Order: sequence, then C-alpha cells, then structure tokens
Amino acid sequence: MSLRSPLGRVLGHGSARQGVHHWWSLRTTSAALVLLGAWFIFALLTRPDLGHATVSAWIAKPVTAVLLGLFVAVATWHSALGVQVVIEDYVHAKGPRVAALVASRFLHALVGVAAVFAILRIALGGAA
Amino acid sequence: MAEFTLPENSRFKDVPGRHHKAPAGAKRVKALRIYRFDPDSGDKPRIDRYEVDLDRCGPMVLDALIKIKNEVDATLTFRRSCREGICGSCAMNIDGVNTLACTKAIDEVKGEIRIFPLPHMPVIKDLVPDLTNFYAQYASVKPWLQARTPAPPDRERLQSPTDQEKIDRPSACILCACCSTSCPSYWWNGDRYLGPAALLAAYRWIVDTRDEATGERLDELEDPFRLYRCHTIMNCTEACPKDLNPARAIAELKKMMVERHL
Repeated sequence: MSLRSPLGRVLGHGSARQGVHHWWSLRTTSAALVLLGAWFIFALLTRPDLGHATVSAWIAKPVTAVLLGLFVAVATWHSALGVQVVIEDYVHAKGPRVAALVASRFLHALVGVAAVFAILRIALGGAA
Repeated sequence: MAEFTLPENSRFKDVPGRHHKAPAGAKRVKALRIYRFDPDSGDKPRIDRYEVDLDRCGPMVLDALIKIKNEVDATLTFRRSCREGICGSCAMNIDGVNTLACTKAIDEVKGEIRIFPLPHMPVIKDLVPDLTNFYAQYASVKPWLQARTPAPPDRERLQSPTDQEKIDRPSACILCACCSTSCPSYWWNGDRYLGPAALLAAYRWIVDTRDEATGERLDELEDPFRLYRCHTIMNCTEACPKDLNPARAIAELKKMMVERHL
C-alpha cells in the first residue's frame, strides 16, 4: 500500500507534452483513406476483369502505381497509429505493453515495405 | 489487460439476496433490486429486493431509497443531500444508466428498478463509491482562475455577456461523476485518463476570458493518456443528468491543441 497522496498519484510523471501529432495524423490519414479507398474500389470495379494479367497491367500504369503505393503506405501508417491506441487502451502491464507496441511497429513496417515493393516490382518491370 | 470481468470476490450472481415484501394492503407496488456490499462483513456482494408501496412514497427513486432506509432496512447505505439535482451526491446506476436518484422518477422505469453503484469504481459500501481518484483528477486541472494581470483595485475582473456564455454551461457541472464512470476509456485507464468531468472543468477555465493560463493548461493536458484516451464514445454526454456536453468540450480541447500547431 502506498501512502502517496491521491493528487500525487494523478499528477504522476507529468504531462508527456505530446499526443496532438498522433491525433492529427490519425485524422489526416483517415481523410486520405476515404479518397484513396474510393478511388481503389472504383478503379477495381471498372476493370474489364480481375484476372492476373489485367490487374498486373493496370498496376503497371504510372498513375495507378503512384496512387496504389500511396494507398498502402497511408493505410499502413493509419493502421499502425490505430493499433497503437488499441494496445495503449487495453494492455496495461508494462512489459507486454512495450513488447506489443514494438511488435506492432515492426509488423506494420514489414507489411508496408513489402506492399510498396510489390507494387514497384510490377510497375518497374521484372515481375514476369 | 483491461478488466472485463469483476474480480471473483465481487461477483454476486451466485449469492442469494434478501427479499423485503411490501406491507399488506399495498395496491401500487414497485420492486427495487439494490446492490448490497459490506466490505467489513467479508461476504460477497448480493442483490436485495425491496417492494415499495408507491401510494406511500415520493415520486423519485431517491424517495424510495430514503423510505427503504427509514422504514425497512436501516443498513442500506447511499449518499444524498440536496434532493434536487444540485449537489451530485446521489449519483448511481439506475436501470443501467448513471444518473441522480433525486431527479430520476420512479415512473420512468418499467418493471423492477435495478440500482447499482457508479460503475468500475471501488465500492466503500452498498451504493457509495470511492471517488478519491476522481476528486484528485479534478484538483489536478487547477480549477481556479489564474491570471498575471492584477485584478482592478476597485472592482471585480470584468467579462462581457458573450464571454460569460462560454463558461455558463460548463460551470454548471456538479461533479456527480456520472459522466466519467460511464466512459469505457475511463474504466480501462482511469488512473491516467482524466475523464470527461475533469476535462470539462479544464475546458471551463481554458475558455474563461479572465484566465491567463490557457497555454499552461493546454500543456498539462497534451498527453496521450490525460486527454487523448477520449475516443468520442459520448457516453458522458448521454449520462450527464445536468444535460451538459463534456464530449463537445473535449472535442474543442482537441481542436485547440491542433490550432497551436497549425
């Protein structure tokens, strides 16, 4: 049992003086995903078919490659920010929390880089 | 992990409650199921059932509680004071919603009235929660005027009617804790998230045109936990028995935080 005062406990280590950047990034990536997501769905639905050759040719177009790259990058960033919030909300033990936060970052970086690499490979050739 | 279930010694499902019948001859009978817990007894919590004769009882839930305490079971413990919605003492969970027992009409509840203490707070006894942390959080936002400009020697600090309107509603908070204890984010992280009541109090001083500590106040709030645990669930606004809007105040605080950066 601690005899620290209730106010002392609430004040804790003080304010982190950050959080606004995280919050603003989550909102701006949401707005971007609305636009990019709408484009992605519209573009997919207007393909003549969804066969490998058709979709590969579509991704190889410069505009598609750029927008698709943006889409996966922004989605990955948004997801990383969101999953971080979920972990902070629900994982309370210090060790598991830090481990989960680090693992989430690593996993998101891996997924994001792999997705962008796949797009570049198709767009810049070599994916025959 | 966050606690999604009650600790073993707090579960009441398998504990038989006591039943108190209405007096013979009662025509309009209303039943109340009330959470009972006495930490000194070492027993688990239980739900007691009380029948009240509405023809011999005032119209509000608090009237029924006072009648039970006076006439049926003096051990029933709850806080109450003003009985008119201005002190905030009798905040409790009635029919699944946090509200004040003194302003909640018995008629508003269909069937049995289920009464529990405010959710996810340590229980001192029966319907009395431990609000120590809640009050400390209120104190932590320095809920008083801070100004470097000295007050005029011959009169009070002036404020225009328009400026007064900004603080008129937020000032009406009675610190009953209905909002904070209805917030899931506060349930999971109540030790670090300030909760809607304390944030509404902070907002009340931040928008006060006489206050000169706006920047320092925002600095103290800019924290992933203190402010940004709010996920706009809006249970706070739904629960507030004074019809205030803590969710909006928190949204305004987040906007101010962004404005400082853009």
